Amino acid sequence: MPSDGLLAKYDPNGFFCELFGKMDAPSDHTAKVRDRLSKIKLTGLRRRSKAAENELYNLGITFTVYSEKDSIDRVFPFDVIPRVLSPQDWQILETGVKQRVAALNAFLHDIYHKQHILNDGTVPAELILENKNYQPVMQGFDVPRGTYVHICGIDIVRDHEGRLLVLEDNARTPSGVSYVVENRYLMQRAFPDLMSKIGIRSISNYGPKLHGALKEVSPGGDPDAQVVLLTPGVFNSAYFEHIFLAREMGVPLVSGNDIFVGDDDRVYMKTTAGPERVHVIYRRIDDAFLDPEVFLPTSLLGVPGLMRAYRKGTVTLANAVGTGVADDKAVYAYMPRIIKYYLDQDPILDNVQTHICREEDGLNYTLNNLSDLVIKPVGESGGYGITIGPHASEEELLACHDKLRADPKNFISQPMIDLSVCPTLVDTGIEPRHVDLRPFAVTGKDTWVLPGGLTRVALRKGSIVVNSSQGGGSKDTWVLG
Amino acid sequence: MDNLLARFAENAFWIARYVERADNLARILDVNETFARNNDGEQDWLPIVQLHSDEEHFFERNKEATADSVIFFYILDRNNTSSLISLVRIARENAREIRHLLSTEMWTHINVFYNRLSAMSQRQLTLSRLSGICASIKLDCQLHTGIVEGTLYRDQLWRFYQIGRSIERADMATRFLDIKYHRILPSLSDVGTPVDISEWNALLRSVAGYHAYLRVTPKGMGLESIASFLLFNTRFPRSLAAAVNHVHDHLNSLRAFESLQHVEVPMKTIATLFGIIKTYDTTTVVNEGMHEFLDRIQALLIDFTDELGCTYFGHQQ
Repeated sequence: MPSDGLLAKYDPNGFFCELFGKMDAPSDHTAKVRDRLSKIKLTGLRRRSKAAENELYNLGITFTVYSEKDSIDRVFPFDVIPRVLSPQDWQILETGVKQRVAALNAFLHDIYHKQHILNDGTVPAELILENKNYQPVMQGFDVPRGTYVHICGIDIVRDHEGRLLVLEDNARTPSGVSYVVENRYLMQRAFPDLMSKIGIRSISNYGPKLHGALKEVSPGGDPDAQVVLLTPGVFNSAYFEHIFLAREMGVPLVSGNDIFVGDDDRVYMKTTAGPERVHVIYRRIDDAFLDPEVFLPTSLLGVPGLMRAYRKGTVTLANAVGTGVADDKAVYAYMPRIIKYYLDQDPILDNVQTHICREEDGLNYTLNNLSDLVIKPVGESGGYGITIGPHASEEELLACHDKLRADPKNFISQPMIDLSVCPTLVDTGIEPRHVDLRPFAVTGKDTWVLPGGLTRVALRKGSIVVNSSQGGGSKDTWVLG
Repeated sequence: MDNLLARFAENAFWIARYVERADNLARILDVNETFARNNDGEQDWLPIVQLHSDEEHFFERNKEATADSVIFFYILDRNNTSSLISLVRIARENAREIRHLLSTEMWTHINVFYNRLSAMSQRQLTLSRLSGICASIKLDCQLHTGIVEGTLYRDQLWRFYQIGRSIERADMATRFLDIKYHRILPSLSDVGTPVDISEWNALLRSVAGYHAYLRVTPKGMGLESIASFLLFNTRFPRSLAAAVNHVHDHLNSLRAFESLQHVEVPMKTIATLFGIIKTYDTTTVVNEGMHEFLDRIQALLIDFTDELGCTYFGHQQ
């Protein structure tokens, strides 16, 4: 049971705990961390936590909320008690994530070429071809090294038995990696005593790794390729992350206005000495805004003619256009089959059991078990539109029932997972709060996974919604060994 | 890459200008407060409004140019784009756009500087506290300059930053003279009176030039020698001549060390300014008319900024 000191009264209420494991047999790999934590006093912990928050604010590691008249800078809440992963767990995660990324890339290549997987009915053709994120413009186009998903964030949860499960794939422009690295720096300044000599794996080389991978996929794989990061601008809530990535790679952070496509169908940036060639664009804007000549004509964020240059192979876009079809919640349900199909392997990381409401069995099961299930619309992100059956009122369940009936294709359902918890500093002391994990995989020629990832924590008591837009915070994630 | 995105060059130029402008505005408010004290509080705050050509905007929302209304307007009024909080906000916004090229120290300080101003309330802006507030703002501006000196990588970005700061200083040197010579001077009969002398004294102190001036001109305060000091003394860091020299050097370096082309375009205007500084002295200035002379310099500075924009910041002609 919990030792003395700081964690003496901590009780994970029967959930799997990331720090203790199963409470009757606490994990060995966290023993040292627990021991050191227990020696810190609660007041000291609060003081250090407050100092860390101030530092985030001063460093401008914030997102800006704009109202009509004013703008307010907010910090993403940061919890100072780390989440610690054993070398064994990391081994599973790392290989599982690599496997998943390989399958996603093979799948995207196939659906934008010969579509074997659709033709033989393994995945329903209409699910892909009628998906709003499927981009016909990509049909028959070869991307360098067959890599579509250069940066992938895969959301992982752990159930009550401690099993790691994939909750969601993010193959478009997954965000959060800046917090992984900044959280670590913050912890190193605030808790050097907690971290020394326990073999935490370093994450400080994310920028060089990403830069290297992006150069590998440049047209011709030129090691001197000019990479830029394309941002929607300072008003974007992830702007801090764009700064971070540009800095860590040492590349220009550009807006759509800073680059253009020349008559030679090449991309240039406007410099003090005139136009200069751009070879790779890590774009942090959605497909729809990339090129007003092809997608939304009203987009001011993109670059007219960019798709022309892209299709001619003079510039690489990361991630590729049209990857959104692969991280769709409806396609997710087919991922175990997709992995088997292309790699002839069993998934290393299982999916959460998923009922596909477009299929009659799935719909019926969902309607009959509504109060036990989590019902998710397939097109949304950021935790919006989710109904959590066990927590929902009669009225909410009825409303959900109607929505399912009206448009079953738009939904999937999953059993309620008892997400693992981690001790977290809250107003009342140290309490268990539910967490998930988003490891980041970078793929050029090969796939590399940043050891750790973003641990998001649902700060509201009992909540399992970890999204920052809905009361979530983050923690530093330590991979040992 | 060696070359800088055109927009980044412009961002750097404006960070420097806005911080320098904030520094100078704090100095102007400070010196006016000193004038006010010397004149038993009767000193008019209207000239500050006139100096910035803000009459229309100011009197839209204020009946009278009282100490309170002018101080609020120029320190915390977010609707006034030339208030200190607006200047620092715009400097910070420019810094945010090129945050990835700045040192963490430089960014963090400007961020904290802005947050500190944002936390200030109108109630704190009393006349008795004004001098202290101005001192702290000046100190933040100088801290910024020092951090830039010690941490900013010295490529093109740094040179455009330096040019921005000097252009703002050149502009301010002329404005400072204007505020005293043309606008605030109560009447010709006051010239040389104790009030007049103490105001020159305060003006020189506000630009940190009092003791340097005394060393150069031991005979004491005189209109012509002070104007000469602020305009033509190349050794005084806030003089027009020092600023023009500085811009000249950085333009040359952009050509020599950064291989930038078309330096001759903005250089032409700098050469004109150079010529004026070389051939004029205070007597010729006073004969031409001080205000007219200062206007001419300011117009050239505006031309220069436009030329820089067209040549390097990607502006259309």
